[in-house]
Amino acid sequence: MSGKSLGTASLSPERSGELIGSSVPRVEDTRLLRGEARFIDDIVLPDMLHAVFARSRSAHARIKGVDTAAAKAVPGVHAVLLYADLRPLLTCDRIPLALAAAAVKFDAEPVCLVNDEACYVGEPIALVVADNRRIAEDAAALIEVDYDELPVVTDPHDGLLPGAPRARLDCPDNLTAEHVVKYGDVDRIFGTAAHTFSEQFRMEKGGGFSIEPRGIIARYDAVEDLLTVWNGTQTPHRAKTVMVQTLGLAEHQLRVIAPDVGGGFGPKAVFHPEEIAIPAAALLLRRPIKWFEDRLESFTATVQERRQIWNVEVAFDAAGKLGGIRGRIYHDHGANVPYGVALPYNGITNMIGPYVLPALHLTASLCLTNMVPVAPTRGAGRPQGTFVMERMLDRIARTLDLTRDEVRRRNLIPPEQMPYATPIKQRDGSVMTYDSGDYPQCQRRALAAADWNGFEERRVAALREGRLLGIGLANYVEGTGRGPFESTAIRIGASGQIFVTSGATAQGQGTKTMLAQLAASVFGVSPDRVHVTDGDTAATPLGLGAFASRQAVTAGNAAYLAAQSVAEKAKAVASVMLEVAPEDLELKDGEIRVAGVPKLKKSLAEVARALGGLPGFALPGNMDPGLAAAVDYQPMGMTYTNGTHIAEAEVNPISGAVKIHRYTVVHDCGRMINPMMVEGQVRGGVVHGIGMTLFELMRFDDSGQPLTGTLADYLLPTADVVPRIDIHHMESPSPLNPLGVKGAAESGTIGAPSVVISAIEDALRPLELRITELPILPARLRALIRTAQKAAKHA
Amino acid sequence: MSTHEITITVNGKEHKRTVDSRLHLADFLRQELSLTGTHIGCEHGVCGACTVLVDGASARSCLMLAVQADGRRVETIESVAAPDGALHPIQAALSRHHGLQCGYCTPGVVMTLLELQRECGDTPMTEAEIRRALSGNLCRCTGYQGMVEAALDVLPRAAAGERTKA
Amino acid sequence: MKPSAFTYHAPRTLTEALTLVATLDNARVLAGGQSLMPMMNYRVVQPEHLIDLGRIPELAFVEDTADGLKVGAMTTQRTIERSDVVQKRCPLLIDALFHVGHQQTRNRGTIGGSICHLDPSAELPVTACALDAVLTAASNNGRRKITFADFPAGYLTTSLEPDEILVQIDFGKWPERAGSAFEEYAVRPADFAIVSIATVIALDEGDIVTDARIAAGGIAPVPTRLTNVETMLKGKRVSSALIERAATAAATLPAEGDDMNPAEYRQELAGHLTQRALTKALQRVRASADT
Repeated sequence: MSGKSLGTASLSPERSGELIGSSVPRVEDTRLLRGEARFIDDIVLPDMLHAVFARSRSAHARIKGVDTAAAKAVPGVHAVLLYADLRPLLTCDRIPLALAAAAVKFDAEPVCLVNDEACYVGEPIALVVADNRRIAEDAAALIEVDYDELPVVTDPHDGLLPGAPRARLDCPDNLTAEHVVKYGDVDRIFGTAAHTFSEQFRMEKGGGFSIEPRGIIARYDAVEDLLTVWNGTQTPHRAKTVMVQTLGLAEHQLRVIAPDVGGGFGPKAVFHPEEIAIPAAALLLRRPIKWFEDRLESFTATVQERRQIWNVEVAFDAAGKLGGIRGRIYHDHGANVPYGVALPYNGITNMIGPYVLPALHLTASLCLTNMVPVAPTRGAGRPQGTFVMERMLDRIARTLDLTRDEVRRRNLIPPEQMPYATPIKQRDGSVMTYDSGDYPQCQRRALAAADWNGFEERRVAALREGRLLGIGLANYVEGTGRGPFESTAIRIGASGQIFVTSGATAQGQGTKTMLAQLAASVFGVSPDRVHVTDGDTAATPLGLGAFASRQAVTAGNAAYLAAQSVAEKAKAVASVMLEVAPEDLELKDGEIRVAGVPKLKKSLAEVARALGGLPGFALPGNMDPGLAAAVDYQPMGMTYTNGTHIAEAEVNPISGAVKIHRYTVVHDCGRMINPMMVEGQVRGGVVHGIGMTLFELMRFDDSGQPLTGTLADYLLPTADVVPRIDIHHMESPSPLNPLGVKGAAESGTIGAPSVVISAIEDALRPLELRITELPILPARLRALIRTAQKAAKHA
Repeated sequence: MSTHEITITVNGKEHKRTVDSRLHLADFLRQELSLTGTHIGCEHGVCGACTVLVDGASARSCLMLAVQADGRRVETIESVAAPDGALHPIQAALSRHHGLQCGYCTPGVVMTLLELQRECGDTPMTEAEIRRALSGNLCRCTGYQGMVEAALDVLPRAAAGERTKA
Repeated sequence: MKPSAFTYHAPRTLTEALTLVATLDNARVLAGGQSLMPMMNYRVVQPEHLIDLGRIPELAFVEDTADGLKVGAMTTQRTIERSDVVQKRCPLLIDALFHVGHQQTRNRGTIGGSICHLDPSAELPVTACALDAVLTAASNNGRRKITFADFPAGYLTTSLEPDEILVQIDFGKWPERAGSAFEEYAVRPADFAIVSIATVIALDEGDIVTDARIAAGGIAPVPTRLTNVETMLKGKRVSSALIERAATAAATLPAEGDDMNPAEYRQELAGHLTQRALTKALQRVRASADT
């Protein structure tokens, strides 16, 4: 532990036992390993039909007509539905997804099916429901859409120029939102700075691409008057809210369940048109309907992210200390706004990172384009901001002939200033304040762990073999544990089984294990004695789900507090039943025992039965009924995870191939509940970041047609192209929550692009090459090298 | 379109069915036999989630028609653990080394490693060989390290020095 | 993503299969399915009839003959890569297969299927090109031999007649005192190559190049023999300077590129890989001469 404890982390050691902080095996694993899990496509309901969407082939067109006659005539087809067929079931024309933000100029909410104007290739136009998927696809292929083509917008800069065509005719222009983040006297700082330079950064499109695509099943049960929706989502409660609003149902008529979900990474937190179309069709046809996204749809119909242009200028002094940053960001927001407008804002605020930045003035313009809508993917805008800052710091180091670690050291926020209030005002009006951490120490430990100082020897040794080796360094901060709340309840019944229900929703993070581990730590039992139900609106009425690396902070603390409350009550009841003072009791192995008298004890089951009541008898000690507690935990503020990444990469200057040989992370997410799972999150995040740097690129042509539609074109990192990732931990407890925990799920992705590019530039140091774009595929890197080589020759 | 009567031995049990010519093996296992442990991730032979063993050899079950498996022996994830539910050493190692998160790719990974284990016999495996063998199974969660550790744990080990050569 | 409907045929003999291809309209021949099935699942290809060659035992064999290695078109890539006969008689095939897909695809993918799919960056067509493989096409009218040079009719298109099936690939006699190498560059190792080079060189006892074959994938719509580079090498005493000149020549050959991998990049790779392949092949000649 190297971080300072700054608050009142209320964790008493005897309560936490040894479970918190222990890499216990995951309770999820056995079912998954045996093939017994139930993912959306594994669920089969009696009388279930299968749906396929006919999607726009045009990036922008008026739909003059849709001929469904041939499709309807296919044997086995039950319905071919258009917007007009579903509209009578809806309370509104569009799906109400607008999130309030001052930056919004106008809302561009999606529709469940296109009525008159298709705005991207892949936007759903018609829904075919058939006996099976094969027949539905046969019919969908027969649907004829009459397109009246319209001009398209494919560039977020050009789309904002005067006279640019409109990406949506229902919007006044393409500027859907604009953020201005401004503090400090930027003009004065630039006027007097010893050094300034400007740079343009470009990041291209990429996405989540979980191995399980999206999917949904809707079943209306007339007996119960209940619409049940199994949804491969990160946010079932939000989905329920939107469905209730759009379908005009009351809460008791709708249950949303996220079953086993095969990876999320952001896109599954976003409400998509299919999540209205399928339930609406199930209500209309009174048959259960399944839709399971195919892989082509995951390229054309699921939200993507990352594409931005940053034109920025930085001012710094002769010592390399940052003075100010100013500039403009053009953000490609795709064809509508399904999940707010925070991405470039996240990028800007994350750009500051662990550094002292006296002045800032950035304007981010969010441009609608005729491509797949844009919403968060792992990192949610932050990798871009960190990339910009870290590239500029490397260039400052080069300009001043400083080492890259030194220029960072001079700018890092000193630990004695923690908690550190940045000059940034957040969307809720509060000041962005880093809660804890020791950034210089984190960098120091990373340099030592990666043997930074010994690298020159490795570089020289490699050079002797004709190999170009480089090393890179990057620091970052990630705001985690976003509120406003998460709900977790704990209930113990007559069986003595500990039940945890939570609004948290898992897609592989090990959320069940995390919650079970926390509850088990309080009851002194093994985590496998705790049963966790997550992602079910019937089990937990309120909840927010998985996004913003939040569930350990929000649901975790809720579970911990609820467990403590249940334990206190169990002790109080046992003290009445055993006629001993509560302070003489201890909770171990799920039993309340009289200390020193092993035979005097009550099991949790006995206490629960007592609190379950008997007709006409008083409850013990006149307690409230039931051995249960529910906590809606509201975090006081964001918790800030930080890290330093160091990578060593080899560059083949002829092919432009990059091979990462060593990768070191020093990571501080506060107190860890399960270090094995934290490391799993960090490693997966790093590899996602390596993907977005060296492999993954979603391409569109100038007419808005996607050029990438298979996993043979969109290259996900494979086992043979990623390095071992060596992780070291610091644990600076967050003073903002009882457990002292922070989030960990996205941080790896935020640091990886910066550090890999830093290593590549370093390997090519003699060429003075600057890489200001993501991704950098081999041919592109080779082109940069070729240009630099030619320039060097002429110089 | 044609239909065909087929007999396939799946996990040691013979199944006779009449299938459409275009039904692929993954859909056959999932829809006809309710063996939903074999997952569909891309249906174009890239992701490896649907990997099963056909006559002992790993195959993408989305690229093979059910009718092509007529008369053959298919093994799926459901056959890997012992009948009493005890995990196979490969499965146990994957859990121990956190080689799975969401679990969607996991059945394919297990089948790939099972074939590797049977084929390598006593021959030691290097990390590079294991990574190459796993390169046909996409995973978005783990960064692969836990899988590689699990394989190194279970498969015959090369000399210690070989371990870190990636 | 399910294929459109088709009628499936599983002939048990070649004769049966040939009758089917001769009589059915809009039919596709299914070999290992590792390229055709993805295209059918995406509905890029929608045949009415699918003729599966997987039940015809006579099409799967590896034969060591006095005229060299002969391989049945339906032999799986996995069988070939594990064959001692192939290792001895045509090691270039094994080198090429190291770069082909994944074990899950090589277990089912066949040599004939890959050659007939004729992806310009696939490894097996480039190998067949380098080795002047002779392909045997069968039809109800008999058999004909096609040298690989005459096999491609264009991008992803062979010169097989609609009623013909590729049944056998002859790789010819492996030259004396020869070494071979297959080098490629792909973004990830198992991907189709951006550029690949297959080479065989043979030397006499005085280190004079007696035979040189170099084929490239990825620089044109079909695999390409680098004949002028081969001519540069033949009859010359081998040296690193000679290999360097050959590589320079390879890098100046015309190449076709695309947005992702432009022509200039492919040319550079062709030069670089030619150098690597020739160097490795030369090492192997020397190693084999030493033993």
